[in-house]
This record gives sequence, C-alpha cells and structure tokens, in this order.
Amino acid sequence: MWRFVLRRLLQMVPVLIGTTFLIYVAVFALPGDPIRALGGDKPMPPSVYEALRHHYHLDEPLITQYGRYLLGLARGDFGETLNGQSVASLMATGWTVTVQLALTAWIFELVVGIALGVLAGLRKGGIIDSLVLSGTTFIIAIPAFVLAYSAQLIFGLKLGWFPTAGTDDGWPYSYLLPGVILGSLSLAYIARLTRTSLVENMRADYVRTALAKGLPRRRIILRHTLRNSLIPVVTYLGVDLGNLLAGAIVIEGIFNLPGIGQQIFQAVQIKDGPTVVGISTFLVLIFLLANLVVDILYGALDPRIRYE
Amino acid sequence: MTNTTDPAPGTPLLQVEDLRVEFRMRGSTVNAVNGLSYTLAEGETLAILGESGSGKSVSAQAVMGILDTPPAYVTGGAVRFRGTELLGLPEKKRRTYRGAHIAMIFQDALSALNPVHRVGDQIAEMLLVHRGMSRGDARKRAIELMERVRIPSAGSRANDYPHQFSGGMRQRVMIAMALALEPDVLIADEPTTALDVTVQAQIMKLLRDLQDEMAMGLILITHDLGVVADVADRIVVMYAGRVVEQAEVRELYARPAHPYTEGLLASVPRVDVRDRALTPIKGSPPNLAAIPSGCPFHPRCPRAREERCPDEVPALRDVTGTGHGSACHYAEEVLGG
Amino acid sequence: MSEPITTTDTLAVAQTGSEVSGASASLWSDAWRALRRRVVFWLSVAILLFMGLLAVFPSLFTDRGVNDRCDVRFAKHTPSSWNPFGAGGHPFGFDTHGCDYWAQIVHGARAPMIVGFVVTGIALTLSITLGSLSGYFGRWLDALISRITDIFFGLPLVLGALVILTAFPDHGVWTMSLVLGVLWWPTMTRLMRGQVLSVRDADYVQAARMLGAGDLRIMVRHILPNAVAPVFVYAMLNVGVVIGYEATLDYLGVGLQYPTVSWGLQLSQAQDVFTDHPYLLIYPAVLLTATVLSFLLLGDAVRDALDPKLR
Repeated sequence: MWRFVLRRLLQMVPVLIGTTFLIYVAVFALPGDPIRALGGDKPMPPSVYEALRHHYHLDEPLITQYGRYLLGLARGDFGETLNGQSVASLMATGWTVTVQLALTAWIFELVVGIALGVLAGLRKGGIIDSLVLSGTTFIIAIPAFVLAYSAQLIFGLKLGWFPTAGTDDGWPYSYLLPGVILGSLSLAYIARLTRTSLVENMRADYVRTALAKGLPRRRIILRHTLRNSLIPVVTYLGVDLGNLLAGAIVIEGIFNLPGIGQQIFQAVQIKDGPTVVGISTFLVLIFLLANLVVDILYGALDPRIRYE
Repeated sequence: MTNTTDPAPGTPLLQVEDLRVEFRMRGSTVNAVNGLSYTLAEGETLAILGESGSGKSVSAQAVMGILDTPPAYVTGGAVRFRGTELLGLPEKKRRTYRGAHIAMIFQDALSALNPVHRVGDQIAEMLLVHRGMSRGDARKRAIELMERVRIPSAGSRANDYPHQFSGGMRQRVMIAMALALEPDVLIADEPTTALDVTVQAQIMKLLRDLQDEMAMGLILITHDLGVVADVADRIVVMYAGRVVEQAEVRELYARPAHPYTEGLLASVPRVDVRDRALTPIKGSPPNLAAIPSGCPFHPRCPRAREERCPDEVPALRDVTGTGHGSACHYAEEVLGG
Repeated sequence: MSEPITTTDTLAVAQTGSEVSGASASLWSDAWRALRRRVVFWLSVAILLFMGLLAVFPSLFTDRGVNDRCDVRFAKHTPSSWNPFGAGGHPFGFDTHGCDYWAQIVHGARAPMIVGFVVTGIALTLSITLGSLSGYFGRWLDALISRITDIFFGLPLVLGALVILTAFPDHGVWTMSLVLGVLWWPTMTRLMRGQVLSVRDADYVQAARMLGAGDLRIMVRHILPNAVAPVFVYAMLNVGVVIGYEATLDYLGVGLQYPTVSWGLQLSQAQDVFTDHPYLLIYPAVLLTATVLSFLLLGDAVRDALDPKLR
C-alpha cells in the first residue's frame, strides 16, 4: 500500500514537470512585454527596465528560466508576481474563497447528485427517472455562464433571495448561488453515473443472491447495490476536481468572488507570467494529488483492486 | 421451525402446481414456464433436468420468489410449502421464507457473491437479519458453517473476499451461506456446471452429505444426466416449460417413457455399454415466444405422428401404474422400445 | 438472469465471435432498427439539420450579410413582440450595435459548428491513432503515450485554452479549432486505448494471428471495427460539448472576436445589458442550448441503440 503511494508520487513528478513546462512555454510565448506594461504610461528608464528584466530572469533562455523555476518549486517557492508579491501569499488570500466555493459546490453535487441518481435508478423508466435524465441533459447542454446569469437575474435580482456578488455575507450564504451553479454540471454527471451504475448493479447476480437470502429490500439496496454502484462515482470525483477548478475561473468572475480563479484570469489578461505559472502549477498539483486520493479510495471500496 | 403451523400429515414439503411464468418483452411474450407441477417430499432429492430454455431455472426462481419483475411475471399456479401457499403472500411475509425455509445456490458463485464484502460477513448477514444475532455470535457461527462445508482454515478465510477463493471453494461458501438457517428445502441451480470435473464430484458429495445430516429436501437443477444419476431419488424432465416425464431415477434410466428422455439418454456416452453410437436429438430447443402447437416436442420427435401430435397437447399421465409419468401420446410404445 | 434473455445474449456473443465483419455490420444495422423507432433520435436529427442549414446556407434565412446594414440608432431595440412570427421584419430585435439580431444569430451558427466538428475531428484522429498504437503494441510505446496523455490530462482544459489562446495573436475559427483540438484528445485516447486493450486478446484476434495475419491487418480488419464504436459515440456527444466550451471561451474574451459572429460572442456581448434586455441573452442561449442538447441526445440515443444491455 505505502509502496503504491510512493510509486504514484514518484510517477507524478514527470507529469507535473511536463504539465508545468507546457504552461511555462505557453505563458512565455504571450505577446507583449509585461515589464514595459508595468511602467504604465510613463516610459521606464532603461536601467530600471534592465534591472527588472534581470530580476525576473527574462534575459535568460527559456530553458534556464524554467530550470530555475523548478528548483524554486522543489523548495516550495511558487515564484514572485510582477508586483513583487510572492505567488504563495497571493494564493493564500484567494484560496480561502475558492475552497469555500468549491466545497459548497462539492457538497451540493455529491448529496443531490447521488440522491437524484438513486431515485432515478431505483425506478428505471419511471417519471422521476425521465425527469432526472432530461433535466441533467439540459444542465449539461447549457453553458455554465448562461446558467449563472439566469440564476443571478431570477434568484438574485428579481426574487432577492441570494446576494449576487461578493463575499460580504460570508459562508455559506454568499456562496450558495455560485456554489450551486458551479456544482450543477458535475451534479448532472454524478446523477447520471449513479443511475446507470445502480441500474446495472440491480441486475447483477449478487442481488439475486441477496434476494434469495431473504434480505429486506432496503438492506439490499443500501448494503449491497449502492456500495457497488458508488465505485465509479468515486473515480469520477478526481476528474471532477478539474471541472470545479476550471469552472471557478468562470463562476468567480460572474459572482465577483476574489478567488484563485479570478486571480489567474486577471493574471492572464495583464500577462503576469509568474502568477499564471505559479497558480497553474498549484492547481495541477492539487488535481494530481486528488486523483491519487481517488485511486486509494477506489482500492478501499473495491477489494478486487490490488496495489501493485 | 416454530413459526409455521404443523401441516396435516401427508402434506408434501414443497408442492408446485400448474406454475406459469411469462416474460413480457417489447412486442413479444415469452412463455418460459407453462403449467409445471411437481412435489418434493421431506428429505427427498429431486432432480429437474432440461436443456437451457426449458424453464428449469426460471421456475426455481419463481418458487423462491426472486424473479426479475418486470420482465418476468408469474401468471398462474401455486407453490405450497408445507401446505402454505407462497405465491399470494405479501413480500414482507414471503421474505421470511427465503433463506430460512427455502434456500438457493446458483451456478456461478463468483458473480453470485457480492464482490465487495468479506465472505464471512456475507454468511453472517443471514443470521444478523433473520435471527437478530449479535455481530460476534453471527461471525462465530459463520466460521462454524465454513468449517462444516470443509473450507480449510475457515477462521482466517472468513476475512477474504470472493475473488480470493477458487471456484470450488466459492461454491462451498455459497452452500455455507444457504445452509446458515438450516432450511427445509435447498434449491441448487446447476451448482457444479462451472466447475472442473473433480471439483464437481466433491461438491456433489458435500451436498449429499449435508442433506443427510440436515434431513432437508434438495432440488437439483441440471442439464447433466451424469450429475443426477447417483444423487437424485426422482427426476423430473422439463421441455418447453412443462414436465414431459417424471420417475424414480433407476426406472427413468432403465425405461424412459418419453421420446425426449430417450433422446437425452441416447446422446450421452456410457461407459457400461461399449461401441454404442451416440445419437443427438435433431433440431434445436423450441422458441419460447412461439411454442409449437400440440406436443411441443413433435417437430423434433422421431416418433411423432401426423394424426395427434401436431394438434393435441399430451397430458402428463401415469403410464405404469407405479407413478412413472409421461406426457406422450405414445408413451406405451416408447416403453415397449 | 432470465433464460430467454441469456440465450439471445449468448447467440449474439457467438455471432460476434465467429464472423467479425458480419457482426459489426449487424451491430450497426440492429442499432439503426432500434434508432428508427425513437422520437428523441428524429427530433435531435431535425434540430441539427436545421442548425446545419443555418451554418451552411445562411442566405436561406436572411438577406443580410454578416454585420450588414447595422445602425447604432437601433441598438438594443427590443423586438416588437415575443412571438418571433408576429414581430414584423426584425423578429429578434436589434443587438448592441444595432444589427438585425435574427440575421446575426443566423450567421452565428457557422463558427461554433465548424469549431465543434473540427476539434472533434482532430481529437478523433489523434486518439484513434495514439490509442490503437498504445493499446495494441503495449510496452514502451504504451508507457510513452500514456505518460504524454497524463501530462495533457493534468492540465485543466479551460486553463490551458485560456493561456494558449491569449498567446495567439489571431483568434479566428481555425486557430481556435487547432488549439482546442490539440488539448482535447487525452480523454478520447484513454477511451480508445481501453477499447483496444479489451479487444486485443479476444479469441478471434488470436485466431487471426495464428492464421498468420500481420499487425496492420489485424488492427484494421479485426480490432478497429470492434473497438471504435464507443469512441465514435463519444465523439458525437463531444461535438456538443466542444460547442459549449467555444461559447465559454468567447465569453471569457479569449475566443472568437469581432468581426466574426458566433452565439458565444453574442452571449458575451449580452452580459452587461441582459438585466434590461434579456432577449439579447435568451435568443442565442436557446439556439446554442438546442444545438448542444441535440448532439448529446443523439449521442445518447446511438449509444443506447448500440448497447443492447441498456435497451
């Protein structure tokens, strides 16, 4: 088990290096000169310009820059923004917002998604099943930002139930509407996945055995079918974290939540390379770690999986 | 058991009467069981013999009350356990018979066991649910049961998962689970089909030993004449969801009274008769969505005659006066050779 | 399971095992027979045909060109009626630049359709090639391709597209398709690889190998026809998903740009004014959603038809 975790952690290293390199190359191919833009309208004295370029190592070839970045990363240093702030401390401010948002979305999608999936799957072809299937297809088909605007208009402005922007009301109130919207896409996938997997498992031979054992229906569903049905849902949760982080870029903008998503979006726009790379690296790291956790969980849920 | 009223003397342990099961599919109805009747006496071993599609497994599931509904529906008949009609019972009551009075084991033990629970827990679950035993006691009893079906080092193996067992050992786990509540009837649906021949013999011996120890009725569903020969007391032969012949084992082997049984016996190699040509039954099993008119076997029957077989459904009748039943218009002819 | 069902299943399996090309042909013709009966299938086909007509022959629906005869004096003029058929010459009103909104929406179909199909095409080609190589040959090639897939998989799509598209000076339809296509293949490649792995060791493949068939022949004749169906179904769903992503990138400001028109761009332009002029958001949203929905439903229907277990 520990050898498996260690091996997976080691396997993560080349993936992390490869992914950050992709981002690094893309970011430093960004057109325009960020240093000159720092000066604003006033022309920058050449000495200051050169000093700044040197400070950010922009005068070195890409590969040395990247090597330097990796060395820093190994020491836990995510780099320095063009404002001179450390990327780590910038993320620290945004992180709390994003975690609260993602957590709201996650709880919502997991609880409601599994519940809907189970209700639909128990009566395949019934009214609830049809409603869940068509409803989730709709949610998948509507772009999240359209959904967000509609929700803002209806539940925020027209009905006045929820705040439409900012974090002034704290958790959970400020995060309810954006959290629900952010979680809705994954909710649709989780509900469908749970349903399909439950329907498949209800037909499994071991369910017939459980029936033959004279177990009550509730126990068969809870202890036998559901446990097996949730295995694919758990594996989905790893992929899902990527969805949530990507969705945060859109949703935080619309609801004006000062989280990591907004920080990275703004950094891309002002071509603040170090910030983009720093935050992206962090997100990729989280994503990879989450998938490792999912793999471990998968093994805990399904004894047939062995860590080798 | 204490929770059933003592039946009148002479009441059979299990009585199935005119059982009918159909599958309602989109656009067609498949008649899987068409008026099946048989009885099982206390301590008796009854073999139900038939090809796949003869309705033998479906009828067993109907007796257990574990059919997949939809698409399968019981459309008629009766299943009486010690005189109590089971088919009309509400599910809540019916459930208490399953496992406790009538238990069942299946062909493929790997898929029939839940892959994510330890085998010890799966056995103990019977005792937890039906007997309200404590976890510790149930577990102890589960290990005893595993020892009883001769699983070596049962104490530690109780913590293993189904995929960690060999095929034969898995079937033993299934048997231990089915016997946990000391049922009165055990239905074994092709229990050895998926196993190697040597393991088959071990499992059959185990079933026979346990049946003797526990004095239960055993219904052995199989397509394999060889398996039943030295285990069963009586044999019921099914074709197209009906009984076509029933008799004591020796009687049936010695003097088959239905052309189908005759065909089955002729298509099995025998060690005791040398240089005998094997003759397969021609044609293929009937399409259950369109069962042939009259005698369902007539399109494949070498003895079929134009005047009766295509039109008249033969009833099961006692052809020897000693309880040897056959559903063939010309049973006497078959008996005569 | 019930006996009649198992017997038909085993029959089907037996057929698949015995005659490969015949089996996959009957798989598709069985699927077609099941599809023909489904309302959802015909409904989504009809919607997609309509959207396709909008994209290919916009002149059938409007006499105006792209950004043609726009007049700021008409900017944000609400349609005179919510019923587009009773609203006179400008059924959808005017957009923020004073262009006829119906004409702009008609022209807005082409870009997302092209992006949707081209991205899926690129991803499909890459994933079938890489997935088959990886699954069939295994060993170091599999390890290499799988690690590269992991690297791309680790990069959240929106983030990757955001960064790369910002780096591109030109944000045309083709650039966008290329960038998204290059980012899109990992999921499909994993799917394809899994499919090939599951078919590779099948008895009929072993049999073909023993009969002396070469790698290429085995791959093209035996493995691909049996492995590719789920990937194609996924690709069909995927066109819709790509169209949704294209709109999101337009909205984020890194997608298509004026003078191109697309539904996503129209939604993006509507974001500041939609509280007062909701129709600016609603019309493109409805068309976009209907298109994406149709691709999803079509893919679902085809998958159900191909997978007899779900019927």
